[in-house]
Amino acid sequence: MRKIVSFYYEGFRNMTTGRNLWIIILVKLFVIFIVLKLFFFPDFLNSRFANGKDRSNYVLHEITKIKN
Amino acid sequence: MNHIDFSLVDWSRAQFALTACYHWLFVPLTLGLSFIVAFMETIYVRTGNEEWKRLTKFWMTLFGINFAIGVATGLILEFEFGTNWSNYSWFVGDIFGAPLAIEGIMAFFLETTFVAVMFFGWNKVNKKFHLLSTWLVAIGSNLSALWILVANGWMQLPVGMKFNPDTARNEMVDFWSVLFSPVAINKFLHTISSGYVLAALFVVGISAWYLLKKRDILFAKRSIIVGASFGLLASLFILMTGDGSARAVAHHQPMKFAAMENLYVGQQNAPLAAFGILKADPNAPGHKKMDFRYLVEIPDVLSYMAFLNPNAYVPGIYDLVHGNPEHGIISYQERVDKGKIAIDALGSYKKAKAAGNDSLASASLSTFETNYPHFGYGYYANRDVHELIPNIPVSFYSFRIMVFLGIHFFALLLVVLILTLKNKIETKKVILYTALWTIPLAYIASMLGWIVAELGRQPWVIQDILPTIAAVSQLKSSSVQVTFWIFAVFFTALLIAEISIMVRQIKKGVAS
Repeated sequence: MRKIVSFYYEGFRNMTTGRNLWIIILVKLFVIFIVLKLFFFPDFLNSRFANGKDRSNYVLHEITKIKN
Repeated sequence: MNHIDFSLVDWSRAQFALTACYHWLFVPLTLGLSFIVAFMETIYVRTGNEEWKRLTKFWMTLFGINFAIGVATGLILEFEFGTNWSNYSWFVGDIFGAPLAIEGIMAFFLETTFVAVMFFGWNKVNKKFHLLSTWLVAIGSNLSALWILVANGWMQLPVGMKFNPDTARNEMVDFWSVLFSPVAINKFLHTISSGYVLAALFVVGISAWYLLKKRDILFAKRSIIVGASFGLLASLFILMTGDGSARAVAHHQPMKFAAMENLYVGQQNAPLAAFGILKADPNAPGHKKMDFRYLVEIPDVLSYMAFLNPNAYVPGIYDLVHGNPEHGIISYQERVDKGKIAIDALGSYKKAKAAGNDSLASASLSTFETNYPHFGYGYYANRDVHELIPNIPVSFYSFRIMVFLGIHFFALLLVVLILTLKNKIETKKVILYTALWTIPLAYIASMLGWIVAELGRQPWVIQDILPTIAAVSQLKSSSVQVTFWIFAVFFTALLIAEISIMVRQIKKGVAS
């Protein structure tokens, strides 16, 4: 286990270009999971309906409507 | 709301297209460069030549930059399913969920183990284990793509499922027919091989830049030999998989096939339009029909391409819209009527179940199941059936430009490989500049392939079953517009970061 931890630790420590890339990855993941997912992309059905039955009833209602 | 909000549908589509296009900028290079790096490292392990190790590490660094910036960009597409396309997301959940879950688990294990060994393991694990890790990254990346493309293939040819009217979800009844559907398999093979050609052109183009700059000459030549050889083999493979893809489209998505060819009237011995300029016919009723100008045709080829028979009948757009009883094609209006029956029967089933009327529920279900193959057409009951025709010029030109670029890539790779083997490449500046400027063309061709596949099958999200107008969530169009521009800024920033880090690394050269 210690060997594995040391493998990753040494790997990250000796990075050159990789360090910038990790900053980009972390910023990107923060933007994707915190900013976008929480504030802009709530799950439409999960945020409106408490259970699967209500969700399926809503979708059934939606897909059996023929709009103009 | 009884009116379709087309602004919402269009912005939701535009947003999905934007994120998919940006995501796809990163993917094909990962698919192909991982194998090129694995080949280079194999040569290093077999020869023990340290030059090949430096070369491997250089291309591995560029692979790493692309991988790091591209990773997780596809997740946004999944967010969009849940937010903007909730009807669709619920409707297909069980089918789409399985391949995506497998992809997620595979990607996680791949990225936390073998990618780490690949980058951190030099001089820490033995050569053969490191090489194995590099190969596993290459194979794993490509398998990861398999599951996404299987999911996409299912949307083009929905097989192996049964719709459950109680939950409003399609449920997988035959995993193997989803996995091995002819569309999914051809799509996977064609898409990954296009990634290989793109990566080969990337390696050749950057190597050409070194030769133009007269630096790292041996490194550049060795890279060209590996890259161009790989690219040539992949080009031949693309030819075969493209042929298979075209046949699958002709069989399962005849409207897309007719749109790609601007074929209005079906015919036997159908010729392939090798070249043509489209012009709208102002006198055609109901639909902006396109006529040809400067048409160059190759006799019988379209029939052969579609059905492996030069005499075969290829249906045209009018045959599909208006029907052609002689060839067993029912009209779109009939399909719309059957689709409406299916939609009404589903509504009736739901009401009968709620009222406890089992006999009516059973009869409604039977009617629904009989007409389910036409379900999606029912949403056009109050609309013009010509709306079911995709954008012809986009399909026609995208397909042709993609094919012409594919021919250019093959010729370029062949010429570059021969000149390098004859040790004459350094003096051929026109070829070297062409190789360099072909890198963006490879991305354009790759993107055009998706445009043909996705715009060519409009208006369907799931072929014949669910159109975009029924799949979209009832959101405010303005909120989709806001997130569209957020994505545009976010992804452009990532792209700029990728290009600038990569250019910096390339300028440092192999010595770094």
